This record gives sequence, C-alpha cells and structure tokens, in this order.
Amino acid sequence: MATVEVTFTPLAAHVRTARLVATAVARRSGVAESLLDEVRLAVGEACSRAVEAHQLHCPTEPVRISLTDQAGRFEIEVINTSPALGPPESANAGPKSRPRPGTDPVKSAGGADDAGALVPQGFSLAVIAGLADDVQISETAGGTSVRMSWPSAGSLASGSPV
Amino acid sequence: MALEESVDLKLDHHTKDGIEIVEVEGEIDVYTAPRLRELLIELVGDNHYQLVVNMEKVDFLDSTGLGVLVGGLKRVRAHDGSLDLVCTQERILKIFRITGLTKVFGIHDTVDEAIANRKSEK
Repeated sequence: MATVEVTFTPLAAHVRTARLVATAVARRSGVAESLLDEVRLAVGEACSRAVEAHQLHCPTEPVRISLTDQAGRFEIEVINTSPALGPPESANAGPKSRPRPGTDPVKSAGGADDAGALVPQGFSLAVIAGLADDVQISETAGGTSVRMSWPSAGSLASGSPV
Repeated sequence: MALEESVDLKLDHHTKDGIEIVEVEGEIDVYTAPRLRELLIELVGDNHYQLVVNMEKVDFLDSTGLGVLVGGLKRVRAHDGSLDLVCTQERILKIFRITGLTKVFGIHDTVDEAIANRKSEK
C-alpha cells in the first residue's frame, strides 16, 4: 500500500502542490536533504507531462500520484490515464532517452509561437532520467506510469521520527 | 519598466547599457512559465533583441521554463540578438547541464559580467 496517494485535477496550477507534497513525504521518509531538490524537480516534470496529456485527452480525469516508502527506497509513481504523448518513448528511460548530443534545441524546438512545442520531445523524460536513481516508464492501453525512486532511511514506513 | 507580481513568480525588467535586463524571482514551472514567455515576446515586440535574464532569485526551474528560455533565444536570434543568463545556483544549473543547454546559453555569474561579455562580442 502506498504511504501517501494524491489525486488532482489536471491543471497546471496544481503541479506545484504535487511537488510540495512529494518533497514533504520524501523528507519524512528519510531521503537525504541533498536529494530533495531532485525529487521535487523529477515529480514536477512527471506531473507536468501528465497534466499536459490529460488536458489533451481526458481533462475530467484526475492525475494520480503514489508515494511509497519501503525497503530503503522512496518511490514515486505518477499515473496518467490518457494515451501516450507523441511517439512512444523509451520504456526504461536512461541516457538513451536524453536529447542527442549536438542537437541544437533552438533549431529543433517547435515554432516560436507554439508554447507547447518549445521543448524538444523527450526533454522532460531526459530531465527525470538525469535526476532519479531508477526510472521506469510503462505504457499501457489505459495510460502511462512514470515510476522513479531514491534511497531512503525508511523512517516513515516504520513510524519512527526522522 | 513593467512590474508583474504573483505568489509564485515575480517579473521585472529594465535597461542597462543598452541591454534589457529581465529580473525573475520565484518558480518557473508549467503554471508560471507562460507569463515569462509573454514578457519575452513583449520585449522582442518592442525591439529589444539583446536580453539578459537574471535567474539569481529563481527557486525552481523545470523543462517548461527551459522551453520558454529556448523560445526567447530563438526569437532574439531571428533579429541577430542574444539572450544570456545570470545564474550561479547549482540546483538551477543542474537542469541546464542535464539537458545540454549550457552549450546553448551564455551563463554568467553576474549581470555586469553578462553585459561586459555581450559588449566584447559586438
């Protein structure tokens, strides 16, 4: 069972709230202070991506986040129930999913007036892959799951103070 | 000078040595980034093609914010202009390194350094 679950209406304004909750739970789970910025940024990227997908495909469906602390790992899963954005991306994000070296993002970005296409496809996943120890992206008929984890002291699951 | 303020993001701008300095304070994310984008569009629309974005008071930047900066750079380059950044915060610099954008933007320690560097390249 997840330690904390959050669902929110797919609005950009709520992504900040999701970041704050995830960071607070990570801190309580004993994730090192030096990693909390990475947790905050990674969950923000995953939630932004999910909000964008929901707004396109299912704006009435909530985005779901599951935060779990067990076996010395703090895991965050961001689940969106919409079809994958754009072309299929790596099922297991890693260095291969990052923008290709030498690619000029200024040239490869979409039209300057197209806010949604200013970042080349895969940038948000590249950021997540660069931040989390372990990232897994699963595409299913029902949507997409971005699962990422960091080492933790496991203090929240055991109920002991941090 | 324009001043925009909200809970999450403050934007301001002024001219120094012929270069438009954009002061950003707060969080640049999927919610607030459109406001920065609008300001950059407005500045370019007002014929400001030499921009320095001061990010020393930025607490958070995600890929949406990066996209806005890349879009701004694209706009000023269309007029042979420039968009340089001022940032010394490791937490912000990290996202530029992860995405390889340190090679795209001129990133400086101070506004004065950014201006001096831009003047020397003219």
